[in-house]
Amino acid sequence: MYWQKEQECLARPDLEKLQLQRLAHTLKRVGSNVPFYRNKYSQLHLNPENVTSLEGLRDYPFTSKQDLRDNYPYGLFAVPLRDVVRVHASSGTTGSSTVVGYTRNDIVTWSDMVARILCGAGVTPDDVIQIAFGYGLFTGGFGLHYGAERLGASVIPISSGNTKRQIQIMQDFKTTALVCTPSYALKIADVMMDMGVNPNGLSLRYGLFGAEPWSEAMRQEINSRLGIRATDNYGLSEVMGPGVAGECQECNGLHINEDHFLVELLNPDTLEPVAPGEVGELVLTTLTKEAFPVIRYRTRDLTRLLPEPCPCGRTFVRMSRMLGRSDDMLIIKGVNVFPTQIEAILFDIEGTEPHYRLIVERENNEDKLTVMVEVVESIFFDEMKKQKALVETIKKRLASELGVGVEIKLVEERSLERFNGKAARVIDKRQL
Amino acid sequence: MLVEQIAVFLENKSGRLAEITAILAENSINIRALSVADTADFGILRLIVDKVEMAKSVLRENGFTVGKTLVVAVEVEDKTGGLARVLKCIKDAGINVEYMYAFVNKTGENAVLIFRFEKMDEAIATLQKEGFTILSREQICSL
Repeated sequence: MYWQKEQECLARPDLEKLQLQRLAHTLKRVGSNVPFYRNKYSQLHLNPENVTSLEGLRDYPFTSKQDLRDNYPYGLFAVPLRDVVRVHASSGTTGSSTVVGYTRNDIVTWSDMVARILCGAGVTPDDVIQIAFGYGLFTGGFGLHYGAERLGASVIPISSGNTKRQIQIMQDFKTTALVCTPSYALKIADVMMDMGVNPNGLSLRYGLFGAEPWSEAMRQEINSRLGIRATDNYGLSEVMGPGVAGECQECNGLHINEDHFLVELLNPDTLEPVAPGEVGELVLTTLTKEAFPVIRYRTRDLTRLLPEPCPCGRTFVRMSRMLGRSDDMLIIKGVNVFPTQIEAILFDIEGTEPHYRLIVERENNEDKLTVMVEVVESIFFDEMKKQKALVETIKKRLASELGVGVEIKLVEERSLERFNGKAARVIDKRQL
Repeated sequence: MLVEQIAVFLENKSGRLAEITAILAENSINIRALSVADTADFGILRLIVDKVEMAKSVLRENGFTVGKTLVVAVEVEDKTGGLARVLKCIKDAGINVEYMYAFVNKTGENAVLIFRFEKMDEAIATLQKEGFTILSREQICSL
């Protein structure tokens, strides 16, 4: 039921005392070890020694994804590389990628937090857990893997893709818990039907889903089609990876691991705290990270805090499932995609300001991103061979930049509506 | 020896070809030959017209993406084997054809073959050596 009951059920006053201790320590560390923070704080005459309440953090500047990009690759590390035992990174090339690091202690802390989420969802050391998240620079696969091992479950590190094999393994290895994106769980259910596999004949009982937004309706569908209990979990590599927050079996909001993260929920325009119960942007400060502490990180994820006590007994605050983004980031098959990344590649190929539109759909429970590109003279050829080669070039370069496949549709010049705002270039037709 | 051809990018949606031909007609531009290469999503329209620059600018004004390419126009008698002889000579010289299309001129005696070769200069030299008639830009326009 709990992995670290003492911490997970800590009385609020004790929790806040612990948070303040850890916050002061973290601010001091970044202020002395990371030039980025040191310079900012000295410019603003902020002295971490003077932080005597959690509210004191509100004087400190935010950290954005751009700050992480600007300090690529190791600029924000607070320990020498010698002490770093793991590095993860987002997709994208220099300039758009973000890199994070972990010390040996960080890996243990991270594993414990993931183990808490797994326990909360009902997983025990007796379970066989199939991890269908990608293993690699993406934090999803390794994050869940280490947590599940720490918990003592039997881990099947199958990684993502090859759905028929996933199902085969699920049958043969008697998988009891599935880890993937919620849309992939539905895809698995579809393929099971095609293969004539009856989910009721499987050992599957739990599903832990994350890395993309989903809805209560999707949960009901997954539960009934796979015969499992699906829970939501949340994380982001910039802050740690999966394990930042997760649902308990009440399935009514995600408990944030508040002994390791300080939570703020702010209005993304005014950057002031929202009124209780209102939707705001989640801003997180790490309290225990050694290699990659981050102060007031703007996650750009919109949610709502649920302060009422949870019947499960955990005292950590819950947040609602993710309600959207305060920027134009898209999540395609669990991969974070920014329209600006696409724009930069198109600009490079066309040699001029590209006109494009992004269409996001969900077909057979799989995300599909189509990039509509206006054909200007620099990318127009009289030979079909060259025109088709151009489509392939765009496809390959985007796939390598984004880490997810896209479709390209060439359209006539001036056929796409002109907008001032960039967000209007995205048409998201997905209905979750 | 080379003839200018214009190419227009077309999405596969109804009425685009009609629109282009209407624009050209309104501007008294005569189409000598045309061909369309297409995929499921888009097409490339290639045109030989009498007023190249004008055609380019009016189509651009109407929002089309227009390119200009040089092609070779070969005149052969409109008889069995006319095209085969040209292609054999090109094949023997080891030159690839990127694309081609043809039309029969007004008198009905000769056919004109429009070629885009991988190696244009080499192709022209080969055709000339074999005695084929290559039409100039002026000749095409006056057909």
